[in-house]
Amino acid sequence: MYGYNGKYLRINLKTKEVKVEQLDLNVAKQFIGGRGLGTKFMMDEVSPKVDALSAENKLMVVTGPLTGTATPTGGRYMVVTKSPLTGTIASSNSGGYFGAELKFAGYDMVIFEDKSDEPVYLNIVDDKVEIKSADHLWGKLVGEVTDELQATHGEKSKVLTIGPAGEKLSKIAAIMNCKDRAAGRSGVGAVMGSKNLKAIVVKGSNKVGIKDPDALKAVFKESIGKIRANGVTGEGLPTYGTAVLVNIINENGVYPYKNFQSAVDEKADEISGESLKEKYLVKNTACYRCPIVCGRWCEVDGKEMAGPEYETLWAFGSDCGINDLKEIILANHWCNELGLDTISAGTTLAAAMELRELDIVKADEIEGQPLEFGNAKSIVEWTKKMAYREGFGDKLAEGSYRLTEMYGRSDLSMSVKKQELPAYDPRGIQGQGLQYATSNRGGCHVRGYLISPEILGLPEKLDRFALEGKAFWAKAFQDLTASIDSLGLCLFTSFALGADDYANLVNAVCGTDHTGDSVFEAGERIWNIEKMFNLESGVAPSEDKLPKRLLEEGIPDGPSKGWVTKLDELLPEYYELRGWTKGGIPTDERLEQLGLK
Amino acid sequence: MNVEVRLFATFRNDRGKKVFVEMEKPTPEKVLLSLGIKEEDVAILLINGLDGAFSTELVEGDYLSVFPPVGGG
Repeated sequence: MYGYNGKYLRINLKTKEVKVEQLDLNVAKQFIGGRGLGTKFMMDEVSPKVDALSAENKLMVVTGPLTGTATPTGGRYMVVTKSPLTGTIASSNSGGYFGAELKFAGYDMVIFEDKSDEPVYLNIVDDKVEIKSADHLWGKLVGEVTDELQATHGEKSKVLTIGPAGEKLSKIAAIMNCKDRAAGRSGVGAVMGSKNLKAIVVKGSNKVGIKDPDALKAVFKESIGKIRANGVTGEGLPTYGTAVLVNIINENGVYPYKNFQSAVDEKADEISGESLKEKYLVKNTACYRCPIVCGRWCEVDGKEMAGPEYETLWAFGSDCGINDLKEIILANHWCNELGLDTISAGTTLAAAMELRELDIVKADEIEGQPLEFGNAKSIVEWTKKMAYREGFGDKLAEGSYRLTEMYGRSDLSMSVKKQELPAYDPRGIQGQGLQYATSNRGGCHVRGYLISPEILGLPEKLDRFALEGKAFWAKAFQDLTASIDSLGLCLFTSFALGADDYANLVNAVCGTDHTGDSVFEAGERIWNIEKMFNLESGVAPSEDKLPKRLLEEGIPDGPSKGWVTKLDELLPEYYELRGWTKGGIPTDERLEQLGLK
Repeated sequence: MNVEVRLFATFRNDRGKKVFVEMEKPTPEKVLLSLGIKEEDVAILLINGLDGAFSTELVEGDYLSVFPPVGGG
């Protein structure tokens, strides 16, 4: 068996039955692994119409064929389920060391069914798989749970867990692994919490089979060379982490400020990657087999902790009108401990601040806790209240869409399909706007990172205001990303590698006959099955849209002044390129071509 | 003419965050060379926040933002 282990675990949390099942390798090749394979299993086994927090939903932790191999960044896994936040398919990607360890234990994925009556965790040591009581862990923070489980099962065990936010069914709860790596988005932590599943511990002693070790050595050398020679993956990300984007995006005037009321923050440099490096960075950290090493490890008041990514610096920073780096690092730390998605947590707070600014949320609701743009001292407290659903935090835990909808102002939620948008104002980046609107998991930058060509100039520089060609680029990036997410590699490799490189890597590991074209085609297949899941779940094509503010209110100042996203002009070409109807529905013909009908 | 240059990432080493360059008939190429920055070292050049060319003749009030190859997130 090469790349794949060829078997996976099926755990019934109600009956406590543990089954080992064989993976159909033909299906695996079609959908690759990770995001694609998980979605295929969801489509086959779960009605898209189920309540995401009911026992009928399933939670799948899925690796890719390259997870746990010596490929660059080959340690990623995906959590696939139906999202309680968006109602769409959820597939949240994470790094760290958990995914590789699951492969070493002999499994390609774990499927959790039904729900337990009491808190439990799963312990996997190769063939020994046990469901154990988690009574003593329930309510505890991510760091405590990880330490306790490693004390019980060995320091080399890898731990995946939810924090209090997942237990409290916050729709923006994350699943954490290795303490500070997050399968962050779409509320996957709440699904785990709804099943009374607190954690998974895994320790494995096997190696992943490699079809052609010599070929792998050669393609490894070639790909690692490209990653090291590339300015982004070889120098920029290692030196400054993702936070280097703060100044880039701000200088372009597409850096959302105060819940997208503006797109320039005059004080952005105070929370930039450059400032983070100068004031708080202790060292870099890496995920499994990663040559990029973009993780930040910081020290605040004598205490060391994982540092914030670009998105987090923005969400708790500029989007909340805040430029206090220390408080943002602390808010990030608490999101990790409590198990909250930092993008949705920070931006939901920003939406709440605008509600308060407009006096829609009244003073008596917030019980004396300041909720105003620029108030840095309040963000850690609000993060805790959000996770524990205390007071007004109970509403914040629902995410920005449901929060603003409670006050009849869902237009103030900067979200797509109810998931909060990340740190790029699409009004000045037209292709990114199209990508946001059509993303299969709602507001998201990593379904198709058009920032790369439109801002960074990789693989070539596009005019960010132009509409021409953007539908093509959006589709290409979405399809390639779906494949990378499914292989078990980090999306950051795509700054340096192309589809042919990915084909070479997977062929060397698995003995498959992929080409660059078939890597794109597999991605397109995955994109279409995700869309089918969403349509069947009731998320209509009319949800391929952006918040009214971004379509109708021009950016008020800065280099991108006056621009809105011209979505109406971009969507028809996008649907046509996808071979979908004018109304945005995959045609039978295209589904047949992709082997989905 | 006085041109504001905003420097980022490693371009700040030994130069600071922001410098002003006094020059007649400035272009980004000439301004950056005066700071020891060559065209091939620049990944992103913005003039007033918009994509710029190195040969552009700058006018009063123009400012440059320059980045070495950096990153994504």
